[in-house]
Amino acid sequence: MAVHKVLGIETEFGILHRNDGDSNPVSASSMIINAYVNGFLERRISWDFEDEHPGVDARGFNEFDALAPEIETHLVNAVLTNGARYYVDHAHPELSTPECTDALQCATYDRAAEEILIRSMEKANELLPEGEELVIHKNNSDGKGNSYGCHENYLVDRSVPFGRIVQQIMPFFISRQIFCGAGKIGSEAPGLTHAEVPFQITQRADFFEEEVGLETTLKRPIVNTRDEPHADSKKYRRLHVIVGDANMSEVQTYLKLGTTAIVLGMIDDDMAPSDLAFETPVKTLREISYDLDLEMSHRLLDGQSVSALDVQWAYFSAAKLWSERVGFEVVGGDQIGRDIMDRWEKVLTALENDIDSLADSIDWIAKRRLYEGFRERHSLEWSDPRMAALDLQYHDLRPEKGLARRIGLKRVSTDEEVENAIESPPPTTRAYFRGRCLERYPDAIVAANWDSMVFDVGSDPLRRVPMLEPLRGTESHVAALLDECESAAELLRRLGT
Amino acid sequence: MAEREQKQRHTSRSDDSQVEDIEPTAAGEDLKAELDDLLDEIDGVLETNAEEFVKNYVQKGGE
Repeated sequence: MAVHKVLGIETEFGILHRNDGDSNPVSASSMIINAYVNGFLERRISWDFEDEHPGVDARGFNEFDALAPEIETHLVNAVLTNGARYYVDHAHPELSTPECTDALQCATYDRAAEEILIRSMEKANELLPEGEELVIHKNNSDGKGNSYGCHENYLVDRSVPFGRIVQQIMPFFISRQIFCGAGKIGSEAPGLTHAEVPFQITQRADFFEEEVGLETTLKRPIVNTRDEPHADSKKYRRLHVIVGDANMSEVQTYLKLGTTAIVLGMIDDDMAPSDLAFETPVKTLREISYDLDLEMSHRLLDGQSVSALDVQWAYFSAAKLWSERVGFEVVGGDQIGRDIMDRWEKVLTALENDIDSLADSIDWIAKRRLYEGFRERHSLEWSDPRMAALDLQYHDLRPEKGLARRIGLKRVSTDEEVENAIESPPPTTRAYFRGRCLERYPDAIVAANWDSMVFDVGSDPLRRVPMLEPLRGTESHVAALLDECESAAELLRRLGT
Repeated sequence: MAEREQKQRHTSRSDDSQVEDIEPTAAGEDLKAELDDLLDEIDGVLETNAEEFVKNYVQKGGE
């Protein structure tokens, strides 16, 4: 039986400091997060790095020439009452959503992350000298060969051989971009011109060079092997997915998370297709991204030729069989599971018959329609800087400038749900305990991370409360206890730590 | 594999669908008018000095 697909999404946002002579993206990112922490939160709680081991490889060895990701412990790092982590990563503001139990919940927290960045940006700009401005983009590339990520994380069963995960998830990752891509003008792969690739389906395909590996910043792999479960490592892995785009469309974020969770459930249960391995995965990832009519065939290892749509339909059919046998419990229940399947089927059908009909729900298709119209109206080449500006502005989070929010994209969350997700944690995971403790006992918490919290209740040494089970510490487990405990000291006493 | 899937795919629609149907596609003329309105609005909000904005937009690689 598969483990529950607890999931989260982490986004590095693009940042620009306008009209500042010696602009430094690290300090600009710090300004953004400090503006939020100082402007909206009562007290900052730091992140605790005790249990971070991002260099551990899921294949069971540390690759000799692999560059283990560095942890920058000196940069701004905060934990929010909704259970999220908000920090400076390299030279970007980054927000990791709290752990969620289903894709719809997580898509809502992703939208809440956008709102948090918007509020941070507006607050920071109030503090800047006249004429200067910080601008945030939710994108993955600057159009000049620099990329930054939007990573997904899924809980998987430790007993599943990692080789099976790699083999069975890779064709899904390579082909899912047809409904997950955020779209981009031009190519940043070496040697390709605007004439060859005027527009493509993803922001990220240009940057992937390996099939499997530990890196995230160089020689990026389609399947990342970071083995850092942030949970009981005897029972769980966390599959760290770096191959996706940051989407402006909520429908896409929901579909991306939902379909991937289902496929990982199938892999846990050994019911996923195993005959879809592409002959040249990295090349195929790019070819699909450049094939806007979705007509190309790609060779599999067994000699067959298939389209990206064929591969997606094969996963869809297998998912139907899987769900008929085991249900949708591990992806959040029947209602959400059926909704994901229904949307998956509709999006594949529309991609097959009428791609443009998805202009209200899929970023790359919305962009293409808009950009073609703009190009025609102003008689521009794809390589014109005004086209590049348009492509940046699609992702611009300034409400008065951003394009994505004014083109009528469908949503899956309501404003009220998003407002709630900015403040409050998901009730169904350990993020509930983290967020509620931060809200209720801010002065007694020294630090927090994914799988523990450190309390200072005055007397004894600091006390660490481990949270190794992502599905414990939920509202139904601890709400009454937290309501009853007036102080953190009382809470720790009642918890028996 | 492709053929096998072709046969299965259109029989799989579930009856108890949870989502609203995708709205029927409007007539071509309506879509064109809608796009024109959108492009008018975009012309109004597009960065005035696009070339400079794009030139200054340089990010560090991340992750």
